[in-house]
Amino acid sequence: MRAEPFFGDPPSTISDPGWANTVPPDLDHVVAPPHVGAPARDADAPALARAAASQRQVVDALRALLPAHALLWRDEETTPYECDGLTAYRQRPLAVALPETEDQVSAVLAACHRLGVPVVARGAGTGLSGGAMPHANGLTLSLARFNRIVRIDARARTATVQSGVRNLAISEAVAPHGFYYAPDPSSQIACTIGGNVAENSGGVHCLKYGLTLHNVLQVRGFLADGTPATFGSLALDAPGLDLMSVVVGSEGMLAVVTEVVVKLTPRPQVARCIMASFSDVRHAGDAVAAIIADGLIPAGLEMMDKPMTAAVEAFVRAGYDLSAAAILLCESDGTPEEVQEEILRMESVLVGAGATRLEISANEAQRLKFWSGRKNAFPASGRLSPDYMCMDSTIPRARVADMLLAIADMEKKFELRCCNVFHAGDGNLHPLILFDANDPGQLQRAEAFGAEILELSVAMGGTISGEHGVGAEKLNSMCVQFSEAERAQMLALKAAFDPQGLLNPGKVIPTLSRCAEYGRMHVKRGALAFPELERF
Amino acid sequence: MNDILIGLAERVRQAVAAKAILRIRGGNTKAAMAGVISDAATLDMRAYSGIVDYAPSELVITARAGTPLVEIEKVLAERGQCLPFDPPRFADADGRLCGTVGGMVASGLAGPGRAAVGGVRDYVLGALLLNGRGELLHFGGQVMKNVAGYDVSRLLAGSWGALGAICEVSLKVLPMPMATLTLRFDSRQAEALERLHGWAGQALPLNASVWWRDTLAVRLRGARAAVSAAAQRMGGELIPDELGHAFWEGLRDQRDEFFIEARHAAERDKSALWRLSLPPTTPVLPSFVDTLVEWGGAQRWIVAGAEDTLVMHRAERAGGSAFRVSGGVGDGAGYATPLAPALLAIHRRLRESFDPHGVFVPGRPMRFQES
Repeated sequence: MRAEPFFGDPPSTISDPGWANTVPPDLDHVVAPPHVGAPARDADAPALARAAASQRQVVDALRALLPAHALLWRDEETTPYECDGLTAYRQRPLAVALPETEDQVSAVLAACHRLGVPVVARGAGTGLSGGAMPHANGLTLSLARFNRIVRIDARARTATVQSGVRNLAISEAVAPHGFYYAPDPSSQIACTIGGNVAENSGGVHCLKYGLTLHNVLQVRGFLADGTPATFGSLALDAPGLDLMSVVVGSEGMLAVVTEVVVKLTPRPQVARCIMASFSDVRHAGDAVAAIIADGLIPAGLEMMDKPMTAAVEAFVRAGYDLSAAAILLCESDGTPEEVQEEILRMESVLVGAGATRLEISANEAQRLKFWSGRKNAFPASGRLSPDYMCMDSTIPRARVADMLLAIADMEKKFELRCCNVFHAGDGNLHPLILFDANDPGQLQRAEAFGAEILELSVAMGGTISGEHGVGAEKLNSMCVQFSEAERAQMLALKAAFDPQGLLNPGKVIPTLSRCAEYGRMHVKRGALAFPELERF
Repeated sequence: MNDILIGLAERVRQAVAAKAILRIRGGNTKAAMAGVISDAATLDMRAYSGIVDYAPSELVITARAGTPLVEIEKVLAERGQCLPFDPPRFADADGRLCGTVGGMVASGLAGPGRAAVGGVRDYVLGALLLNGRGELLHFGGQVMKNVAGYDVSRLLAGSWGALGAICEVSLKVLPMPMATLTLRFDSRQAEALERLHGWAGQALPLNASVWWRDTLAVRLRGARAAVSAAAQRMGGELIPDELGHAFWEGLRDQRDEFFIEARHAAERDKSALWRLSLPPTTPVLPSFVDTLVEWGGAQRWIVAGAEDTLVMHRAERAGGSAFRVSGGVGDGAGYATPLAPALLAIHRRLRESFDPHGVFVPGRPMRFQES
């Protein structure tokens, strides 16, 4: 079964102001993973003909605006763009545009707007929620060519960079001035600042240094119709509503970003990391709360459970304590005096919380070794299992141990293994559910496992996504977290920026009908007892 | 659901039915800035007061909009925590600090720590909003990292009622710094700005700065060792803690000598007090009646003659904006800097979607339609 393909629908339907209802109500049926069902484009003949016609229309319109090498539409050219980091969801777009100038971006957007063609902006394609997954009827707008660092202003401590610049490239470019760009998502070697803006990315240091929003002053780009727009300013505030605070984290649904002014942070003189072992996950969870309650804000505070530790040790051989039920990595950075003072306090809190073994990095090489496993948690899991599904919910810190124990029960219930790596300092969880996608039963169980973690996170007072975004992946879970009126208000916010609903349609905010279909009576905020809660 | 909350929602629905308009108020400390609309009824949020939830180990406090800021800060201080961005609490005629947490978020105003630690927006984690349909909507949450849906709760910071009445907010809080210290320097403005830019580029625990009448003061905050090492490196005259504390609090609540004089000047000859938000490296602006510089150069308070429009041109040319806080001629408080047409269109559509009947009268900083 799949939803009615609005594929070849005339543009007037796609640009219907009630856009939300013209989007397929059940996206994952349209984009069924290839191993589950037939690819979406295996449609009936008339639909194929309509698709070909609308592709011709888009390509003809854009050819006049872009150099030949900047427009791709043949299957073999567009296939590399069919998914982002969430590879289970795939969809080839009608075409891919790779504009090289802002004028071209504006012209492409204006043309698509005129034709009623959806546009999905794309950076490095490292996102983990399908936010950059193409639209069957749409154009994928790659910002890969926007890879220039425009200006570094050491005096103002800012860098002006195009949106396709890689996160780590910013830190590398400003290093000679003694600065770095603080948010450091694990994908920082590859991911772009434009993608970071779209997702409001965090990283392992965001407890102390903040998320993307806190480290960006201004974003510049274009609205859906190609009109230029600047959000934020080089000053600390600007007239009007703080629109930048919703543009950051909007997953490409409000504007297409071409340039970002980021704040730079003076590089700390020293950083040291404590690796603490715990024989009980509850002690580790309590230690996290104890550190914060003691008035410490570590530069990083991360947790790995035993299966995760075993997996990364096999991968990086950093000498992790394999007997520990959980490991905490707790980092301090700053001046040598400051770090010395903090490390002493952290050590005493960790011991007080029942740490069974402590190791403090003696030098930079050892500190990086401590982190190597944490930063490689995903590839290490990839070696354990043909497939894994990464969850991303956030819960109150105090519930971290409860969640780990609940996940252990779910492993039995769904007969699947799960490795856990947490940004413990801010309660952001990344359970990695291991499964084999070639076994449809396992995929289904993994999805149910993931959904249960998300629902429990919401019930604990948390959220379904801490940093990876909703994208195409967590639409159903949005129905759990937000009421109908709340979702309607968010859809209206989208429409205020993009009245025709052409930027990345169908993502982030589920339609009312989709939530109705998702069914299961979820009544918000405790009015309905969650059976899962009885465990605690 | 709470009866007061139900009552507030009912008031809004009744106002819509009666085609009436409502002015949202908390402590009423920013009434002059918000501008008075005489035919608006008042939606008083003070009855909806109190701390809903506070878990020190989560670094989150959730409070009802009418809760006085001083009450929140007292509760936080008991657990060694604070709102690090120094929101102004403003005093009423009797000198009582009666600003509320709802008013703090609605105005988005922050004090001396803003440049170092971020502003109100950066600490808002979630909110309960009463929109112009009388619907109660939750956005955001009580956790640090949350990217589910659009971050409407942060958009409420500085929205001046344009999107509805803020009923509850969850705020990130931080531990009070282990050490605080104030240093004073004799310095001309240009030299003070240069010093500040130089320090800001180093890993120093610089938390706040102010320059006025050839005196530069800076506040250092952080780990004891970091603060004392930085003080040694930076030099200057060490100000005793008590004096330093009183000084920064006065500046924060805008009860400092500069603000008192600015108010007197407004009464005397309609001199205008402007708040300029500028790129911090903007050079010294030519002298007006008086100037006070904060936020490492990013916020400059200027007292100018009643009809002096040069100040707004200077702000715009520097890539910033000018907000008239008080005095002057014409409409009183408001932004002198217009919005780009594309942004204005978004504002109008946002307003229509949150408050389709226009039941809430937004504060003057959000009344762009009139400009």
